[in-house]
Amino acid sequence: MFLTADEVKKIAHLARLGVNDQDIDGYAKDLSGMLNLMTQMGDLNTDGINPMAHPMDQAQRLRADVVTECDNREKFQAIAPQVEAGLYLVPKVIE
Amino acid sequence: MHTKTIAELAKGLRSGEFSSLELTQSFLNRIKQHPQLNCYITVTEEPALQAAKAADARLAQGNAELLTGIPIAQKDIFCTEGVKTTCGSKMLDNFIAPYNAATVEKFNKAGAVMLGKLNMDEFAMGSSNETSYYGAVKNPWDMTKVPGGSSGGSAAAVAARLTVCATGTDTGGSIRQPAALCGITGLKPTYGRVSRYGMIAYASSLDQGGPMARSAEDAAIMLQTMAGFDEKDSTSVDLPVPDYRQELNNRIEGLKIGLPKEFFSEGLNSDMASIIETAVDEYRKLGAQIIEISMPNLKLAIPAYYVIAPAECSANLSRFDGVRFGYRCENPVDLTDLYTRSRGEGFGKEVKRRILMGTYALSAGYYDAYYIKAQKVRRLISEDFKNALSRVDVIMGPVTPTTAFGIGEKIDNPIEMYLSDFYTIAINLAGVPAMSIPAGFAQGKPVGLQIIGNYFAEDRLLNIAHQYQQVTDWHLQIPKGFE
Amino acid sequence: MNDQWETVIGLEIHTQLATKSKIFSGAATAYGAAPNTQACAVDLGLPGVLPVLNKEAVQLAVKFGMAIEAVVAPYSVFARKNYFYPDLPKGYQISQFELPIVGAGHLDIEVDGVSKRIGITRAHLEEDAGKSLHENFHGLTGIDLNRAGTPLLEIVSEPDMRSAKEAVAYMRKMHELVRYLGISDGNMQEGSFRCDANVSVRPKGQKEFGTRAEIKNINSFKFVEKAINHEIDRQIELIESGGKVIQETRLYDSVKDETRSMRSKEEANDYRYFPDPDLLPVIIDEEFKAQVKSALPELPQAKKQRFKQQYVLEEENATLLTSSRPLADYFETVIKESGCDAKLCANWVTGDLLGALNKAGLDITDTPVSHERLAGLLTRIADHSISGKIAKQVFEEMWQNAASADEIIAAKGLKQISDTGAIESIIDKIIAENPGQVEQYRSGKDKVFGFFVGQVMKEMQGKANPGEVNKMLQAKLNR
Repeated sequence: MFLTADEVKKIAHLARLGVNDQDIDGYAKDLSGMLNLMTQMGDLNTDGINPMAHPMDQAQRLRADVVTECDNREKFQAIAPQVEAGLYLVPKVIE
Repeated sequence: MHTKTIAELAKGLRSGEFSSLELTQSFLNRIKQHPQLNCYITVTEEPALQAAKAADARLAQGNAELLTGIPIAQKDIFCTEGVKTTCGSKMLDNFIAPYNAATVEKFNKAGAVMLGKLNMDEFAMGSSNETSYYGAVKNPWDMTKVPGGSSGGSAAAVAARLTVCATGTDTGGSIRQPAALCGITGLKPTYGRVSRYGMIAYASSLDQGGPMARSAEDAAIMLQTMAGFDEKDSTSVDLPVPDYRQELNNRIEGLKIGLPKEFFSEGLNSDMASIIETAVDEYRKLGAQIIEISMPNLKLAIPAYYVIAPAECSANLSRFDGVRFGYRCENPVDLTDLYTRSRGEGFGKEVKRRILMGTYALSAGYYDAYYIKAQKVRRLISEDFKNALSRVDVIMGPVTPTTAFGIGEKIDNPIEMYLSDFYTIAINLAGVPAMSIPAGFAQGKPVGLQIIGNYFAEDRLLNIAHQYQQVTDWHLQIPKGFE
Repeated sequence: MNDQWETVIGLEIHTQLATKSKIFSGAATAYGAAPNTQACAVDLGLPGVLPVLNKEAVQLAVKFGMAIEAVVAPYSVFARKNYFYPDLPKGYQISQFELPIVGAGHLDIEVDGVSKRIGITRAHLEEDAGKSLHENFHGLTGIDLNRAGTPLLEIVSEPDMRSAKEAVAYMRKMHELVRYLGISDGNMQEGSFRCDANVSVRPKGQKEFGTRAEIKNINSFKFVEKAINHEIDRQIELIESGGKVIQETRLYDSVKDETRSMRSKEEANDYRYFPDPDLLPVIIDEEFKAQVKSALPELPQAKKQRFKQQYVLEEENATLLTSSRPLADYFETVIKESGCDAKLCANWVTGDLLGALNKAGLDITDTPVSHERLAGLLTRIADHSISGKIAKQVFEEMWQNAASADEIIAAKGLKQISDTGAIESIIDKIIAENPGQVEQYRSGKDKVFGFFVGQVMKEMQGKANPGEVNKMLQAKLNR
């Protein structure tokens, strides 16, 4: 096993992902299986290879600095779970 | 009407043989008659009838396009303004998209009539359509089998003639694999050929939308509408779009077909192997030259993919947090609880598995070993394609190692499920275009032939597929009960 | 106690770039709009939306790079910085990590007349977050995402500063620079220019740095000095009482004048940076740089040197006049329009005009006395139409209304009288009326001369040319 139940819990917290306690071991097993698969990559020498982030070797296109969007608050907030006075509401943020 | 191609339907609409309203109504009726397939998450009956009437008016005015009045269905990954867009997830069960995806906008402009939104694996993560919150889709050729995924609803609906054509998206095979398992024609275009704007992201550097249809010709007509530069997508490519239909009839004598020996190893079922060989023979008869090639790094495509795709998805899916849209848990006690429970309750198991995998691969101490390593492997795989495609015009091979497997057969063994995507995944890593076309049947279930081309050679792929479909009739077969 | 300890400070300054639209969307960046009315689909992170980079933001960053003599990266990459916070809609911030757009540069500051070069490690582009509003919504927090996606340039200094004073000098100099370049409005009340300070102390003579604490979000020059000094004292006290500084993020509370730990942000600080697959590498070629360079304004330091030479100004006036670009422009326009001696113009701009502006709490850009009107006034001083004293009266009048100097001079009859005949007859009259004073003067009491000048000026309501009056009085009295 590559991953322990505790490590899965730590990752789940980092991803703010609720995982049922009874599922933790299952995830640990599945993720370990995936990581096992990935060890195959270790056999390939990739020294000096440039990592590939995009299929196309292209440059970022730049858009003109023009305001194109208008106020759509009503439409966007119609699908929000909780809003008031034009604000999205969340449980109290403590700094 | 439901057995006709887009071109035939367009002719019928213009000759007055039937109206778009009649055509649309007949497809809506078929959808109602076959609920057991579970293809549709949402059927947009009223808007469809309105759109059909508008299309009839446009046809009467004489300013119709080829797709005007033609029924189409959208994979539920494409945002449709005012229409529920779920991505197959409980997370978006209440999500009425406030805008249209670029692809949806283009079909609307062309006057196509949207029948509804098609079932899919949750957030496009899956190869069997079993991870959908809305339940598994059944394969119209055998109701106990999966249709493939993630565009399983699209493939099953086209195969069962519950739509004329459908959109799909392909991140690791999600158009080609279900197309193969359902016996239809599917094309994953070159990365950047079709705008990703409004297509809910799974893995941004791999995702690509494409057509799923009955024939290469229909796929060409669809791609003509879908392809092209979009200023809202930074990764969209600004290259002219060829006239795909015009290229269909080019002769293919002298075509150089590469067969990677890695595609024909022990993993491939022998029935499948012989069907692919027969299909390749057909091309030989059409004047093609067959060359064996080798792509040594293909074997690492699955490990590289299962680092890169989960890494990207782990960030892409962070926006589903219960604050601005989508599912929110009841009575969160604090912020962490809001996030953790909304996401924990809103996402299904496969999505969680991949978010966890991606989060791990990007986390401190593992980034270089997993993410950077996978990107380097990705470079080597893409070099394999570049090298191969400098020697041959196209690469051919299977799409899947077996025909459609049973519902429930692999769902509890994710690794086995991942391994079945061996033939399709490398294509997404490289970004080249590839098609799946029907090439025969094994024990009554469809088998697909994969044709892989060079960057932006969709016209060539469609041409090669069309020429095959001129001399074979696999693509014309209709599953029993849906004739 | 401070002579045993040395302070080490590095600043991270976040400055909002002066673009019309956001860094990755076409939503407006204007300040003060109703909540969430300037948050478009991209800013809200709706499913399916994609970012496209604003050209102006890139140009402004490149401009900054050139101004600090840094290497502008030919190839830079946007990355995702992952963390969950309600003011961060996508669950990640698009920023630059391994490959920023601006590399190492420097800025020279001056403290107590001594110049010091502060290294700048890098500057990178990123998007701003929204705002959490803690007013009570039934115990909940409200989120306004108008600011989300506003372009920021994060400027990271080397740990080169050794006192709060130097830190303030650096921050002021940087503030002046970004406004000079026109890349930011620098409005600190609106959060357009804010800074985080990394502070540590070490025993004098020690080479290694001490453990640093990061003080977050300081948005005024006053607070940066107070916050740093407070943090220095806290760290020294802590160490001297046997404690240890821990690496953490602290928030400055300006009301209580103290910093306190922000543990909530510290926890699980694993940002999982990786290149944003929705954006491609930013390529800056020579042509792009040349374009930006051609639009680069004269920088403060160069302008100051030029003012000193060209206008023969003293250090103090040259510094003051080049402290902001609008002020320097105003000054040079007044010279051009009035054709007057630069010294006269400098004295009026730095003296009367800036004095009045300061009193009224106005910036040069809001001055009620335009450069044309001030130039008109100075022209009249130069051609002796009015005296310096009358000019001050006219200036006060100009501050109140929109009339030109000439209109005011005419309306109030303030034109200086240089007509020797008119002056002579008044002098004769005054001499005749004051025989006692004439006697006193002639017997050697020179001081009485001032009395005569005063009387003549009074009689002529201050409009007589004082030079003429002096000359003629002397001639008559000494006869």
